Amino acid sequence: MKRDKIKLKSILINLFTTVLVIVEVYPIFWMVTASLKQPAEFVNKPAYALNDGFYIKNYIDAWTRGNMATFFKNSLINTLAALIFIVFFSVTVGFAVTKMDWKYKDKVAKYFGIGIMVPIATALIPLFQIYNKLNLINTRTSLILAYIAFGLSLSIYLITGFLRSLPDEILEAAVVDGCGIYKLMWNVVVPLMKNAIVTVLVLQFFFKWNDLLFSMTFINDTKLKTIQTGLLYFQDEFGSKNWGAIFASVSMSVIPMLILYMILNKAVIEGMTAGAVKG
Amino acid sequence: MKRVLGNKKAIALFVIPALILYTVIVILPVIWSVYYSLYEGSPGLKWEFAGLDNYKRLFKDKNFIAALVVNLKYIAIVMAGQVGLGLGLALFFRFWLKNFKNIIRTLVFFPVVLPTVAVGQLFVKIYEIQPNYGLLNSILSNIGLQKLVQPWIGQASTALGALSAMDIWVAMGFYSVIFYGALLDIPGEIIEAAKIDGCNAVNLFKSILAPLLRPIIITCLVFSFTGTVKMFESALALTKGGPGNATKSLSMYMYNVSFSYGKVGYGSVIAVFIFLLCIAGSGIINRFDKKN
Repeated sequence: MKRDKIKLKSILINLFTTVLVIVEVYPIFWMVTASLKQPAEFVNKPAYALNDGFYIKNYIDAWTRGNMATFFKNSLINTLAALIFIVFFSVTVGFAVTKMDWKYKDKVAKYFGIGIMVPIATALIPLFQIYNKLNLINTRTSLILAYIAFGLSLSIYLITGFLRSLPDEILEAAVVDGCGIYKLMWNVVVPLMKNAIVTVLVLQFFFKWNDLLFSMTFINDTKLKTIQTGLLYFQDEFGSKNWGAIFASVSMSVIPMLILYMILNKAVIEGMTAGAVKG
Repeated sequence: MKRVLGNKKAIALFVIPALILYTVIVILPVIWSVYYSLYEGSPGLKWEFAGLDNYKRLFKDKNFIAALVVNLKYIAIVMAGQVGLGLGLALFFRFWLKNFKNIIRTLVFFPVVLPTVAVGQLFVKIYEIQPNYGLLNSILSNIGLQKLVQPWIGQASTALGALSAMDIWVAMGFYSVIFYGALLDIPGEIIEAAKIDGCNAVNLFKSILAPLLRPIIITCLVFSFTGTVKMFESALALTKGGPGNATKSLSMYMYNVSFSYGKVGYGSVIAVFIFLLCIAGSGIINRFDKKN
């Protein structure tokens, strides 16, 4: 009896696991197969059928006619530029408000915390006016500045959470050894914070790469569009007729993320389970 | 020690650049939005002081009420789905799943990393009915459920549900990883002891796991809430707010009013409303924390 029960349990667990994996992975797998189909296959065969061959022309169409190369480059430049500053600022500010000695540090930490609650939509209209006056509409700078500023609050919050649990003795020992503040930051604090920095990097990378609201508001020059706005434009350009090319463009925007995730996945999952997000 | 950590020049260098940028781009525009909300028209064109007229108008505006209702429904469904399923999956990983733990957790996290617009376009094709059946309809029709074949995102009755399902699909892996980390922090001995005392699964969850997980559940609810209040990207990519106004959110309505119709003053009222909703909602969720 008991053995039957255990057996039933393991069957149920395996069944549920299989369903879970199918639900999570099948849509992505389907998309890749569809991106390799010829136009006729979409009409003559059911949607779930596998691709007959490898119809690479979809990718060539998306890459050249669809400007995917440009969109990629733009997303990459904007995201990387913003990430460098976000990490730099969140480490320096985070350190200053937790470990350094000055009067207003708690107030400044709280002030940066407000930003977690600010929806982008609320700041959008005035920001558009500010950028308009400064002639920053349709420039990369407009996006990068907004990405940095809106990435600060959560990043500083995560970094301070991590730094608070870092024992002061380590810093004291370094100071006794004659470390100045900049050397202390660079040689002692930063290496100790590797996990927290990776968490911030990864989270912010996904947020910035996924930005749509800023880029559709501030950019209308096709040469400066990012992946997200580019994909929307692509849909309008190719309509619903060229399924293969749309699937190819979507796959192209997805595949680098998957590769990146595969490389970093241990750090991502560990960073998140280790409690950086728990605060 | 004090000399090094109290270095005024270093503090200024560390804090001031970020402080300026943050103030100009995040805080100032919020205050500015409040100021704009007292005016009518568009700055530079017709721009007149209107006092609180815009606010009075807000609750008589049928489109605004419709967007608010859609947004609130979306928050309720997606929040429950993301946090509830995330928690369920984490419990499954911790207590039942024995083989391939790491691979399965990695796969479940997969959709989190995909660009929103890409996911939206993928789901457009999954839900499609015209000119050819998309993935969902073609499977339904093949397994004999022809009755269920329908324009999932083309009709008001299912569009919001279809959108919510997509957003839950995307994010539940994110929450499951956070909850899983929290579950690992609960010492195994406590759970073993409860099991020896004859605690069944439901009681174990109710009297031991739930209280211990409470802070992290609240954090996740706030996270999910602030994410869903903003409802914009995924709805734009999947349905463009349609059919009709069936999936048009507050942010989308604000965007239309201020950028497509050029009513910046009135748009700002909606923007301020979204901000207040965000603060009020997180405040309410956080109050559950302080009771104990």
